[in-house]
Amino acid sequence: MMFQVRFHGRGGQGVVTAAELLASAAFREDRHAQAFPSFGSERMGAPVMSFCRIDDQPIRTHEPVTEPDALIIQDPTLLHQAELFQGLGRDGYMLVNSAKDFGELGLDEFARGFHRDRLLAVPASALALTHLRRPLPGAALLGGFAALTWAVSLDSVLAAIDEKFTGTVAEGNAAAARAAFAFVRDEREALTRKAQAHA
Amino acid sequence: MLKQIEGSRAVAEAVARCRPQVICAYPITPQTHIVEALSAMVKKEELNAEFLNVESEFAAMSVAIGASAAGARAYTATASQGLLYMSEAVWNAAGLGLPIVMTVANRAIGAPINIWNDHSDAMSQRDAGWLQLYAETNQEALDLHIQAFRIAEELSVPVMVCMDGFLLTHASERADLPDQAQVDAFLPRYEPRQVLDPAEPVSIGAMVGPEAFTEVRYLAYERMRQALGVIDATAAEFRAAFGRDSGGLVRPYLTEDAETIVVALGSVLGTIKDAVDELRAAGMKIGVLGITTFRPFPAEAVREALRTVRQRIVVIERALAPGSGGIVTADIRTALAGRLTPHISTVIAGLGGRAVTRKSLCALLQAELEPLTFLDLDTGLVDRELARMRAARRSGPSPENILRDLGITASRIG
Repeated sequence: MMFQVRFHGRGGQGVVTAAELLASAAFREDRHAQAFPSFGSERMGAPVMSFCRIDDQPIRTHEPVTEPDALIIQDPTLLHQAELFQGLGRDGYMLVNSAKDFGELGLDEFARGFHRDRLLAVPASALALTHLRRPLPGAALLGGFAALTWAVSLDSVLAAIDEKFTGTVAEGNAAAARAAFAFVRDEREALTRKAQAHA
Repeated sequence: MLKQIEGSRAVAEAVARCRPQVICAYPITPQTHIVEALSAMVKKEELNAEFLNVESEFAAMSVAIGASAAGARAYTATASQGLLYMSEAVWNAAGLGLPIVMTVANRAIGAPINIWNDHSDAMSQRDAGWLQLYAETNQEALDLHIQAFRIAEELSVPVMVCMDGFLLTHASERADLPDQAQVDAFLPRYEPRQVLDPAEPVSIGAMVGPEAFTEVRYLAYERMRQALGVIDATAAEFRAAFGRDSGGLVRPYLTEDAETIVVALGSVLGTIKDAVDELRAAGMKIGVLGITTFRPFPAEAVREALRTVRQRIVVIERALAPGSGGIVTADIRTALAGRLTPHISTVIAGLGGRAVTRKSLCALLQAELEPLTFLDLDTGLVDRELARMRAARRSGPSPENILRDLGITASRIG
């Protein structure tokens, strides 16, 4: 089955690089992948999108992703845009880069129709600042994404980071991805326990 | 070697393995990543070539002409207005019979300015005397460049490799990059048919009057006819050497029993094939004919591939000839002349980056079609502008009026 991801962020945050890293991680698992940007004039700070498809078969289509299986929101200041969530199915996943939880982000109402343990926030920019010393959340979000969806493994994400970057940048991104993976894994477990307690 | 790689980067790697001696380029979106990558390789001395930054596209093609005439393997890349700006030199390169290879990262032509994909740029040069090959995938884009140098040099004609801007150039996909030894074995050293050599001086490109101009042009026509065989043979040898199908004249998909055949060029073929699979699953007898070689137009191969169609042919075009209609359709009609022609309709799709979706294609192909259709046309938007034009003489610029109608003050980014 094809798995489709849409990234939302702002120009300069590495939205395109993140989609390419995810494709590269999937490629390492011998899967077919396609990553592409939203084809705009790239401007710092402007809302941008990128896309990634992962499949077991060759991917022939070249249309944008309109019905994503997962959304990765790199910049929470975009959350007020209604079209941000467009096409996300009820079984979909969403990972938001924020230190706030869904209630604080005003997303509780929105989250109600979804599997609650598939929608999470992870403080990716803060983790990137700690480990990379720059607020570039892409790698951390992919670490978190691996824990959220298991669409790719953390090891593949780390290998993709290692291929793309060198030296301290590679190490910092890898550390941020590991930390975000652990954060999301723990959050999911907590949510699952909570759901079981309510059952 | 299999890699997950951006289309532009993959093409740059393939071009580098073809050992071009002179690369000249002027940056223009969406072609820039290709020459950027090549310039980095030259700078790092991974590629032994002369890289010239020029002041315009006209200069880029002029430098390529000079380099090629002096016996060097020459490469450049451009798109859109850049291709138009170099147009005079583009025709000269063909007229002079110089085997330059150029990537065109297909993009719309202004005004209004638009950086996104369609085929207007390459189509505007379709009669310049260059071969035009259209890539369906990034794999094919990189393979076509390797074949292009060989075809160009064998025939002494220039070759344009067309790949969809952004859709291919900026997409990271899986691609098999051949190693240097494989390319060296496939692509022999360049042996020019004509060369500017101080030891044996000749004139190239001097004036030819009415006494011989027709004959010169006839030879160009004849070379184009020969090109059909060379392109076919090169694709066959490529298959033998590299183990995959790339290039060639046309590529049929599920056409044998088809009652509808969709004809198209470039990356939209992938999306069309997905749509066709969906329609086949619903019981429709439908197939696809991809045209890889648009110039010379492979009339015989097209005729052969379309021989079984009883009901209709749908030509999906990423460019429009205003006042006429479909550019590819006209060639298809000529190819089928004299036969009991099935119903042929033209669909203009994907202009200026408008996404061509499987959903729209499926709806389109299940409907009765007019001779000319614009896919996903917002007729309300058009009608309202027509009404404004009727209402007042000074109705203002249409593109800006339409954007205002849509509630946006500048073109949407993303």
